[in-house]
Amino acid sequence: MSSTNRTVVVTGIGATTPLGGDSASTWEGLLAGRSGVRPLEGERFAELPVQIAATAAVDPGDVLPRPLARKLDRSAQFAVIAAREAWADAGYTAPAGEDASVAPERLGSVIASGIGGVTTLLDQYDVLKEKGVRRVSPHTVPMLMPNSPSANVGLEVNARAGVHTPVSACASGAEAIGYAVEMIRTGRADVVVAGGTEAAIHPLPIAAFANMMAMSKSNDEPTKASRPYDTGRDGFVLGEGAGVVILESEEHAKARGARVYCEVLGQGLSADSHHIAQPEPTGRGIAAAMQNLLDATDLKPSEVVHLNAHATSTPQGDVAEIKALRKVLGDDLDHVAISATKSMTGHLLGGAGGIETVATVLALHHRLAPPTINVDELDPAVDADIVRDEPRELPQGTIAAINNSFGFGGHNVVLAFRTV
Amino acid sequence: MAATQDQIVEGLAEIVNEIAGIPVEDVQLDKSFTDDLDVDSLSMVEVVVAAEERFDVKIPDEDVKNLKTVGDAADYILKNQA
Repeated sequence: MSSTNRTVVVTGIGATTPLGGDSASTWEGLLAGRSGVRPLEGERFAELPVQIAATAAVDPGDVLPRPLARKLDRSAQFAVIAAREAWADAGYTAPAGEDASVAPERLGSVIASGIGGVTTLLDQYDVLKEKGVRRVSPHTVPMLMPNSPSANVGLEVNARAGVHTPVSACASGAEAIGYAVEMIRTGRADVVVAGGTEAAIHPLPIAAFANMMAMSKSNDEPTKASRPYDTGRDGFVLGEGAGVVILESEEHAKARGARVYCEVLGQGLSADSHHIAQPEPTGRGIAAAMQNLLDATDLKPSEVVHLNAHATSTPQGDVAEIKALRKVLGDDLDHVAISATKSMTGHLLGGAGGIETVATVLALHHRLAPPTINVDELDPAVDADIVRDEPRELPQGTIAAINNSFGFGGHNVVLAFRTV
Repeated sequence: MAATQDQIVEGLAEIVNEIAGIPVEDVQLDKSFTDDLDVDSLSMVEVVVAAEERFDVKIPDEDVKNLKTVGDAADYILKNQA
């Protein structure tokens, strides 16, 4: 079974996001240019400098059966919900083995999270302080460990080829998808459930990000707060949710007659080695990742018509990314319709690469690039074609798209997809 | 006032329902927590802590392994409640 350089395709998608409880409602929200950012109500957020977030449109506790939900951190709840949707969307009717079209030993799970079960950790610390040792939940460790979403998704689908969790802050979700592609390409698996999840809307992470001066403080206008490429952008807005795809070797997908959304060409990776949290201002590392992608795949810059940017709405990061794109793609950047979907979903940290891969796959599938909202005045340093306010039709024929994700720590992950 | 066996089983049924989602009427004296009621070893700790609180009883970790069935737990609580 060990073969290399196998073609990898996307056969299923699932999401639960600030815009909707599934991928269809999320896509509808993206095309409509709807903001998922809302005020944070409640006493515990009252003292914070940031009182807005892109909270999940559908509470995962209302979706999963209570006995399961209470044993899962919110990040794992999102992952399981998105994975169930993706699994069914790919045409699988039961866990591997029970559904004979995939063997458990040929199925993997690679779901990443930037922070893991941070709310479980903090809530249980409150229990320890307020109610004592005996009341700390025995589920605390399996809930808070960052590999919990991947492991729980693996249990859902009966994945035995490997369950993995790359952690690279806000690049985690994209890194998971890249890792999954390699699992299939190198013959370790035929099918992998891959994506990212995050659930960190809690006063502590918000206070910490706010003190880094990384977050928007536009508390008065929540829906206008996330504004990538706008001259008035003042930081990211924290979001929560998960995005998951089913990746499959082309031969496996064909053998079972699966619907194929697109091909995943591969990934380009690099590290900035510049600062633990600051973006490298020239985009050197991002350009290197992009170049590595072009070197590692047969992607031609002329085919790239769409790019889901990392663009978190920070003053420095958004521009560094555009500089890097221009450097590597040159004039080919002129025919790339760039969407910054974080303008609507907020920034899901480790979940971003997951939901933005879902958005990129759907953009190719429907040949429609979602808009970037809140660009009232385009930053003149943004020398690229930003899709603003309305969706943009993408060309017919064979087209390709790129999804960028970068993370604190200097991680750069660039993924490429192409129509089949 | 100490709880009767019926009251204890009723209380355990509510606890198991909350933790494992098993219908209260299925929680009977002869039922095994792990084999019949979908209570794994971690969830059993939750059941024990909830029972301790509800029935004002201490169930040390070394005794938990002897509580295989709802009947075992009910008897233990009957004997040891304050």
